[in-house]
Amino acid sequence: MTTAKARRPRSRQPIEDYLLSEHQLEEMYYFMLLARRLNERMLALNRQGRAAFVIAGAGQEAAQVGAAMALKRGSDYLVPYYRDLGMNLVLGMTAREAMLNLLGKRDDPNSHGRQMPSHWGNTERRIVNGSSVVATQLLHATGIALAAKMQKDPIVVLTCCGEGGTSKGDFHESLNFAAIHKLPVIFYVQNNGYAISESTAKEMPVPNVADRARGYAMQSAMVDGMDCIAVYQTVRPAVDQARRGGGPYLIEAKCYRLWGHSSDDDDSRYRPKAELEEWIKKDPLTLFRGRVENDGIFPKEDLDEIEHRVDEEVREAVQWALMQPDPTPEDALGFVYREVE
Amino acid sequence: MAAVTVLEAIRRTLDEAMAADDRVFIIGEDVEAGGVFRATDGLKAKYPERMIDSPLAESSIIGISIGAAHYGLRPIAEIQFADYMHSGFDQLCSEASRWSYRTNGEASLPMVVRTPWGGGVHGGQHHSQSIEAYYTHMPGLKVVAPAFPADYASLLKASIADLNPVLFLEHKRTYRLIKQELEGAPAETRIGHARVTRPGKDLTIIAYGLMLHESLAAAEELANEGLDCMVVDLLTLLPLDRETILESAKATGKVLVVHEDTLTSGLGGEISALIAEHAFEYLDAPIRRLAGPDIPPMPYHHAMESFFMPDRTKIAAAARELAAY
Repeated sequence: MTTAKARRPRSRQPIEDYLLSEHQLEEMYYFMLLARRLNERMLALNRQGRAAFVIAGAGQEAAQVGAAMALKRGSDYLVPYYRDLGMNLVLGMTAREAMLNLLGKRDDPNSHGRQMPSHWGNTERRIVNGSSVVATQLLHATGIALAAKMQKDPIVVLTCCGEGGTSKGDFHESLNFAAIHKLPVIFYVQNNGYAISESTAKEMPVPNVADRARGYAMQSAMVDGMDCIAVYQTVRPAVDQARRGGGPYLIEAKCYRLWGHSSDDDDSRYRPKAELEEWIKKDPLTLFRGRVENDGIFPKEDLDEIEHRVDEEVREAVQWALMQPDPTPEDALGFVYREVE
Repeated sequence: MAAVTVLEAIRRTLDEAMAADDRVFIIGEDVEAGGVFRATDGLKAKYPERMIDSPLAESSIIGISIGAAHYGLRPIAEIQFADYMHSGFDQLCSEASRWSYRTNGEASLPMVVRTPWGGGVHGGQHHSQSIEAYYTHMPGLKVVAPAFPADYASLLKASIADLNPVLFLEHKRTYRLIKQELEGAPAETRIGHARVTRPGKDLTIIAYGLMLHESLAAAEELANEGLDCMVVDLLTLLPLDRETILESAKATGKVLVVHEDTLTSGLGGEISALIAEHAFEYLDAPIRRLAGPDIPPMPYHHAMESFFMPDRTKIAAAARELAAY
């Protein structure tokens, strides 16, 4: 926080039509912007040869931030997938930690350099570590929800995958079990249009992932994943209902992967340029800023101030993270087994 | 006190664990009705909220147990036959076995996967297999395969208390075949420790599960011929008790490793390599492996099944050859 100018205090009263307060709306913009700017810097570091690999969530910030804000931070569980930087930021990850993770530094709280970047996990924040295999984590979320229900703990589990992950057997096994036992788990699918190079038409015969909920007698919803406010307004009631014992929910956020699959992918080989240009017009950051500015929620200078603050935060985080210690070679040997509680 | 079967030792240990700790629960196919081998008989009546019949989907049984263990419960998953385990392979290999490692020791995963393995019951291709070679190749997982009821009891108890995922292998042929009085049985076994079940000075037989019993029977027969065999029960297959393996090899200089799993890339290869690397100077003969033949395990018809399985006769014959080297 390097701004010299004192910021106007934000009201916590819900604004009509938004069902969100000024405070929440500012948070939304801040986290979406932070996720995007971090991803941009990560890709730059990759191109400079300082980071081996980047897998980003550009285009999915609204889908991620809006959904994560519907959770009770510190008590609800997030079982994320690798694009979920935005969700992790909402639940407490700092810009510095995100950069430690990118660089595989010793003190990266996610895996201390053991996993590729963006394999999120933080026990204290109730963010559950995952692998690179898609959809396996949906079963872990189901198991956490089962355990919480058995213990009568009023928590909700939100778990994510892309539409690519919904082809896996673990997707089916998770939804089936969660529906049988009416578990407090939200299956949140960020349909970004692509599984690496495969468009959705190659992945599934139905137009929507949400259509599959019927096979499990599960409630479902679809939402414009480029609209952070709509996402929050869709996910929040599902979370509240699950917390009250209403059972699982399948939510499909229709969004778009604005970048390639990863830093190693050249999406121009398979993605029509015109399609990309259409979606860039719906960039969630532009949409959000336009709406709150037009509606007079925040004046232009307030939004500029947030942008400036995020830029500074990212710049500082990169400088700091680059100086942090690397793991030693022998660190590779530790914690194969956990022997002490 | 009357002798108990392997099955009864398991059932009692599950009961005791559930009585002692309400975080312990059991999930699997048909477990509420007692399971196809009756290992969970009577538990539904005593712990109605902690017995969970699962759909027929092994990946979910293991994956859901992972989530529950991460949350802080102590799931015991039952996979009805080891042969069905492999659709949960990904959950064990890519997820459970790495849980501690990839969180730098922050997260523990106290879960047990119990499953009946092994042949000799006319189970054919998919109710007879040995699966240990696949799963002992996963650092981070523990794999246990007892032979005697008292060890089943103490190692199951230890597995439930362990902070890491444990694959607990139960040889189905021994479920009702092997009995033992639990009182006066050898001291409680810990995970990671093998045991010299029978001392001997002429040669060392290393085995586990049903083959441990066949090896002991062979050793009895050979003793009448004046051949004094040491028999080592591995008990834990991952991590291996290197010290006991090497000491027992050094003590006699001749080693026969027995398992019913197929020969190529079976656990016998690892044990042989360990001895060859670290006890070569003590050996008086090449290490001998007696294992199932390299055919898809295991044929159904009695004649072919018997051909497949090592037994006391084959073990004794192999030991005689080795002793004569």
